Amino acid sequence: MRDILKLFLAVTIFSAISGGLLAFVRSATQARIEYQQLKFVKGPTLKEIMKGCQNDPIVDRFKVKCGKKEKTIFVGVFNGKPKVIALEAFGKGFHGDIGVMVGIDVTTDKILGIGVTTHGETPGVGSRVKTDPSFRTQFKGVSVNESVKVKADGGQIDAVTGATISSRGVCKAVNNALALYKKLKPEILKRLKNFKSKKLSS
Amino acid sequence: MVKRAVNEFVKGLWEEIPPFRLVLGLCPTLAVTKTVENALGMGMAVIFVLTCSNVIVSAVRNLIPKQVRIACFIVVIATFVTIVELVMQAFTYPLYLKLGIFIPLIVVNCILLGRAEAFASKNGVIYSLADGLGIGIGYTLALSALASIREIFGYGTFYHISVFGPSFKPFSFMVKAPGAFVCLGLMLCIMNMFKKK
Repeated sequence: MRDILKLFLAVTIFSAISGGLLAFVRSATQARIEYQQLKFVKGPTLKEIMKGCQNDPIVDRFKVKCGKKEKTIFVGVFNGKPKVIALEAFGKGFHGDIGVMVGIDVTTDKILGIGVTTHGETPGVGSRVKTDPSFRTQFKGVSVNESVKVKADGGQIDAVTGATISSRGVCKAVNNALALYKKLKPEILKRLKNFKSKKLSS
Repeated sequence: MVKRAVNEFVKGLWEEIPPFRLVLGLCPTLAVTKTVENALGMGMAVIFVLTCSNVIVSAVRNLIPKQVRIACFIVVIATFVTIVELVMQAFTYPLYLKLGIFIPLIVVNCILLGRAEAFASKNGVIYSLADGLGIGIGYTLALSALASIREIFGYGTFYHISVFGPSFKPFSFMVKAPGAFVCLGLMLCIMNMFKKK
């Protein structure tokens, strides 16, 4: 009996110490890991959308409550002012959800640019919604009060040839992002008022 | 004492160099040696985990009941592997993406449990430290040697720097899985030739 207790105690103490240590390391690295993941997964798209911004949109991000979930908003500083926000939304594509980052100019309520972050579309066909710049740029200047649709559905966007469903998915994601933006706008504007960039490059 | 510690360290570099002499830890040896960068990253991770786990295991070797020693060793090893994984994610994210599953798999790497069981649980802290460092560095050297050959012939580069110039046609067999086996086999063969002399 005493032996069993001893074995039990040894393993328990070992596991407890290692658990505590890991919890400490995790809490110490968590913020940096989140930053790195955003930088390498969403960073390239964000850079494209916020071309010419003076800050690092990933550092200057904040979270806004949206129902039960939290939505991450990225802020771009232009001419010293937080002028552009970007948020990600999803739409159903040909194979699963397409994630689209949408940059919106808060002073004019117009789309500044979009970029696909994640997708599972057919390589070389549907994947062109991510790589084809002429498809992407069509979204520029669309007002947040409009809804985007591909031309086949009576809208204003030329779908990528042979990838109507993927293009539709992107449109849906953009519409979702715009709807989210309209819903969260009061909160976002409130946060932008007190906004101070953590790192500005001249 | 110093002499013995040095001996324990040096034996890991040649006499007991893990993939070639002990023929242990072959899974990452075959899988991550496409480029020198990956091999070095993997090697560093193993050096850290092996040294730390060796020291801890040898420090507490008299406290652990015999029946549950393997479980305790694994807990120690797994803790350090998880620390490496978190730190890699935080500081070298692209490397973490490249090494992928092979970082958590260090836990079940035979070298680690092997050293804990065969060496650290029977020897003092300083010798275990020397042993861990030696075997770890030996492992890194072996991985780098294999990766250099594969990268130079498979991609025509060394640490992403072009070796042969643009006219070189890469021998892409070398960076595929069969190339890893053939390359490792030839290196084992060369090592055995040295041993016979």
